[in-house]
Amino acid sequence: MSAADAPYIEVRGLARHFDVSKPLLNRVIEGQPRLILKAVDGIDFAIRKGETLSLVGESGCGKSTVARLIVGLYRPTRGQILFEGTDMGGLATRAEERALRKRFQMIFQDPYASLNPRWRVADIVAEPIRAHRLSSDAAEIRRRVDELLRQVGLSPADGEKFPHEFSGGQRQRISIARALSSNPEFLVCDEPTSALDVSVQAQILNLMKDLQRELGLTYLFISHNLAVVFHISDRVGVMYLGRLVEVADARALFENPQHPYTRMLLDAIPDLDMTGRARTPVAGEVPNPLDPPKGCAFNPRCPFANDRCRTERPELRPVANGGVAACHAVEEGRLAAAPRLAPA
Amino acid sequence: MAEASILEVKNLRVEFPTRRGNLVAVDDISFSIAPGEVLGVVGESGAGKSMTGAAVIGLIEPPGRIAGGSISLSGRRIDDLPYEEMRKVRGREIGAIFQDPLTSLNPLYTIGRQLTETILTHLPVSQAEAQQRAVGLLREVGIPAAEKRIDHYPHQFSGGMRQRVVIALALAANPKLIIADEPTTALDVSIQAQIIALIKKLCREHGAAVMLVTHDMGVIAETADRVAVMYAGRIAEIGPVRDVIKAARHPYTDGLMASIPKVGRTEARLAQIDGAMPRLNAIPRGCAFNPRCTRAFDRCRAERPEPMRVGNSDVACWLYDAGQGGPR
Repeated sequence: MSAADAPYIEVRGLARHFDVSKPLLNRVIEGQPRLILKAVDGIDFAIRKGETLSLVGESGCGKSTVARLIVGLYRPTRGQILFEGTDMGGLATRAEERALRKRFQMIFQDPYASLNPRWRVADIVAEPIRAHRLSSDAAEIRRRVDELLRQVGLSPADGEKFPHEFSGGQRQRISIARALSSNPEFLVCDEPTSALDVSVQAQILNLMKDLQRELGLTYLFISHNLAVVFHISDRVGVMYLGRLVEVADARALFENPQHPYTRMLLDAIPDLDMTGRARTPVAGEVPNPLDPPKGCAFNPRCPFANDRCRTERPELRPVANGGVAACHAVEEGRLAAAPRLAPA
Repeated sequence: MAEASILEVKNLRVEFPTRRGNLVAVDDISFSIAPGEVLGVVGESGAGKSMTGAAVIGLIEPPGRIAGGSISLSGRRIDDLPYEEMRKVRGREIGAIFQDPLTSLNPLYTIGRQLTETILTHLPVSQAEAQQRAVGLLREVGIPAAEKRIDHYPHQFSGGMRQRVVIALALAANPKLIIADEPTTALDVSIQAQIIALIKKLCREHGAAVMLVTHDMGVIAETADRVAVMYAGRIAEIGPVRDVIKAARHPYTDGLMASIPKVGRTEARLAQIDGAMPRLNAIPRGCAFNPRCTRAFDRCRAERPEPMRVGNSDVACWLYDAGQGGPR
């Protein structure tokens, strides 16, 4: 592996468990055990510099928890997050951690909830500059804010306004300006366009791609929308019940999906080309994450499951599309290849 | 076909009076739905699509009101019915499916009670028959172990199962028309596909007409027979689904379709429509889309276009006015 290919961010065996038990007294009286929700249960992936890795999956699969773990909003239960080889959990001092964290920012899903309604836009955008003590000169901060607002397609005069004066798309632009104000290298974007209308979504996705090119940003992109993911990603990780089931280059994953769950997700995308492609509707729903199935978590919904799938948990192994997948059926070659879609 | 249509909306206008004048949420729109037909209504937030649905079921929140036009169901006007009369029409003749299955079910009653209550209100059957029908409906919408599940409360169901219960409720009295407002928006993609297939199948079997309100073009492409594209309270384009999706005529529809990312098509940039839909208090003169339209000309800025026949569609755009000599 050459130095250029060295991972920029690497996640090893990352897990986050939440204790969702009832209070101790209730447990004693009702004789109930502790309940542990394994939101993220041991995942590994790496992101190269300047690359976009997307995590997709249905609600409750743990994709947002991964985003929050990486930016430090949650502490991992287990595992490591390495940033250019430095273990984020092993940093000795608060100052060291602060220096590293400055290089990360996050964009949230809901542009209505993530901006303080009582602050002026200029103050919102300047907050990371102040918080990270990047500058204390008011005129310099002002200049920087104006530049950022222009960069995201707003005008410097908008800095004097309050968030409620903007539409959803413009608010998301403000969130992006705020995220960029501390000159980060790495942005974690948790469903940044899910709350937006499609025409506005296109504007924001284009802006994000332009900024990535201009500033050399690295993105971790979280979404449930596969078409958006296909458009924006270099590589894609598919999550199911707290585990990664498949990771591959975006094109390879969409053209030659390996894991049955990935195939199912791709099959569920509504067909806008109206080719009349017959869809195999998938039965069943995501099981209760408090009591995940034994073996492979997908086995109750999987048409290819056998006894091994019901007892032994599959690990990620290299597969035909150049990525990795966690599936016994794929590994044993029990699965017919399913080359599909990509109408030019 | 027009005489046989189940729902006939003519020049509907919905207004919200405010201190600073009337806001027009739905502005002079007309459309009809034939039996067994699914009409998709798409548009971005604030385009007036949900308001149109609410007007049809008579559930516009005051101070909003229908300020003009008419709504007829099987030839009978329903927009001016007194409240109690309309209550009987709702549920019996028009069923409704809303976005959030959790808020459209009463958390305090079992789903069986909610179903039988709806059936008993609208159909002349006994308690036992209603119970039987309720189980049958649950089975029809694909709820496993329906006899047992009927005694469960809404919180005991998952999101997808809850939406199935809501569909069962909407179908309880065999309505002629179903208004489905964003029925799959709150659901995961795999569940969404199941629910779409279910709505389609049931409406075909029951011969009900459906008005499907959504912002998701994918859902429309899969489900609808005809589509109405709304923009700023008006219908920009209405026509057969294939025509609208594959060969959009109105520049707005065209831009909208191009801005949707598609799996399998690699694009460096998505086509984007600059700007945003105008607020209701600042709708531009002429065509509401003109400030964002790349093909706008003087007439678009001065005169409001009315729907014109283009192929099988009706398009409200001056580009297609005969006087202009067809598309420029």
